Amino acid sequence: MLPKNGLLNRRTFLAGSAGFLSTAVWASSQKDEPWRFTSGRRMSPYGAPSKYVGLERLQIGGHPLAPEAGASSTPLERLNGIITPNSLHFERHHSGVPDIDPSQHRLRIFGNVQRPVSFGYEDLQRYPLVSKVLFIECSGNSYANTLPTALDKSAGELNGLLSCAEWTGIPLRQLLEEAGYDPKSDWVVAEGADAAGMNRSVPLSLALEDAMIALYQNGEPLRAEQGFPMRLLVPGCEGNLSIKWLRSLEVRKNPAHTREETSKYTDLLKDGSANQFSLRMGVKSIITAPSGKMQLPDHGVYEITGLAWSGHGAVKTVEVSADGGRSWRAAEIQSEPGLYRPTRFRLPWRWEGQPAVLQSRAVDSSGNRQPTRSGALANAAPGFTYHYNGIQSWGVDQQGRVSNVYR
Amino acid sequence: MSTGKYVVVLVGLLLVPWVMAQELKPKLGQPLEKLPQLAIGPSGQGLPLGSGSVEEGAIIYRNQCLACHGPTGRMPGNALAGGIGSLDGASPNKTVGSFWPFATTLFDYIYRAMPYGREKTLRDEEIYAVTAYVLFLNDIVSEKTTLSASSLPEITMPNREGFQSVYQIEAVDRALKIQ
Ligand code: HEC
Repeated sequence: MLPKNGLLNRRTFLAGSAGFLSTAVWASSQKDEPWRFTSGRRMSPYGAPSKYVGLERLQIGGHPLAPEAGASSTPLERLNGIITPNSLHFERHHSGVPDIDPSQHRLRIFGNVQRPVSFGYEDLQRYPLVSKVLFIECSGNSYANTLPTALDKSAGELNGLLSCAEWTGIPLRQLLEEAGYDPKSDWVVAEGADAAGMNRSVPLSLALEDAMIALYQNGEPLRAEQGFPMRLLVPGCEGNLSIKWLRSLEVRKNPAHTREETSKYTDLLKDGSANQFSLRMGVKSIITAPSGKMQLPDHGVYEITGLAWSGHGAVKTVEVSADGGRSWRAAEIQSEPGLYRPTRFRLPWRWEGQPAVLQSRAVDSSGNRQPTRSGALANAAPGFTYHYNGIQSWGVDQQGRVSNVYR
Repeated sequence: MSTGKYVVVLVGLLLVPWVMAQELKPKLGQPLEKLPQLAIGPSGQGLPLGSGSVEEGAIIYRNQCLACHGPTGRMPGNALAGGIGSLDGASPNKTVGSFWPFATTLFDYIYRAMPYGREKTLRDEEIYAVTAYVLFLNDIVSEKTTLSASSLPEITMPNREGFQSVYQIEAVDRALKIQ
């Protein structure tokens, strides 16, 4: 019998789909598929998506006085799997995308080191490289859901300051060792070569643990928007820490308290104090389909699917609810779990016109549970902007229209 | 063979992988002749020579900042001043004056990022001056103030005690959970 919430077991869903209907049609509908009868176009030097796909970044917006300072979001609801294509990786720039000639760019390591050194782009290519599939999430992601009224927006418009790529680069530890870093120092200040000269203090422990100087993104050299020729990548931490267009690393005893770690990217609480250096992104999941602004075409079986990730480790479980959190069912985790690697989850669902509220909640390998919206905002001051990881709710009305709702 | 020799052989064997690993490192770093500018933190280490006054800052502000930050630094959406005492209220207004814990951050940020669109065109004295002026707009320094490498780090910002670093706390939590 069908459970009232409509959530199904994935195995039955897959097994039940085999049926045969074989009506042979003998070359009668030829003209319907013209591409079967003439050669297609030739090879091309750099591929492009099919003209029928038309994927684009969402919410492209800048500061009214400074249009290059702004952001754009990944269209999460139109992608599947876990990897974000390079052209659709979210952007956040504070003074536009610099056009850096790699032959004129150097990475400098100085401060509390025995040997201040600098490396050229070609030099770095000769170091042993490592590859990791990692998410990057802007700490301002999902900010809209902290506002008092739920905005009618799509999954990507609301939560698309999240992307995932296979990053290839040099473990930062190697370069710090070559420079002879002072182990009694606790911080490294990273600085970008963009006009904003973005700078952040990174705990030395993170720099030595698993940070890398990334040179490749999904197999190709970094895109300019992602820091070409090189960026810092601090896995699991707020995106702003992973300084793009990286030009210098200063090893020092104390943090610099830069503007981006005081004025911005800190969490103002109700009592008027603020949390600083809340660097790791909390455990979070988002249903990407069915999701905001979609229309279910008819009654029947749908696959609920989405992404889950955590800056505190690997995703362990994801549960899905179709009744606003009254009952939950474990979703199937479809990608190999890994540290700071997003996972794709899936669960079949039967919709027969019943109003529903779809939600997902994740637990990570450190035991953190994704909070409800009100849980995530419990201590937050009004106008709290960063590190929001509350459960996303999608309402489905009787006509099958899906929209962002608060629960 | 004496124990001594064993030890020598053993140490030798242990050294082989280490020596090999050393040889496998490309070591392509070039000695840095010109050190980059230090990030200016609360200690003020790395601040340049020179000084600048509120009075000089007022002129720079009018010509190079006012259009985007408003005549008194209170342009909505891009404010630099105001909001002191508002942080625990119904509509917190985070500005340099109400929120920033250190005055040195202002120097560091203006040096690298402002004026927007013409970044890194201000001379050191001009950065001191306009820093002083932004602090004046927030009633943190008087109109007679001149700032330099020694006086800037001495300024106590109204929200100096407003932050708690949660990174260390988180790191400990995490270590406990993973155990
Ligand atoms: C063309 C417009 C423009 C001009 C001119 C300009 N600014 Fe800005 N300023 C901005 C924008 C936009 C931001 C926010 C940038 C961001 O968030 O990355 C900003 C941010 C700032 C901040 C940080 C505010 C905070 O609370 O974090 C300070 C301080 C500042 N500007 C000072 C100045 C000074 C001093 C001048 C003149 C020397 C100046 N600005 C000129 C546009 C401008």
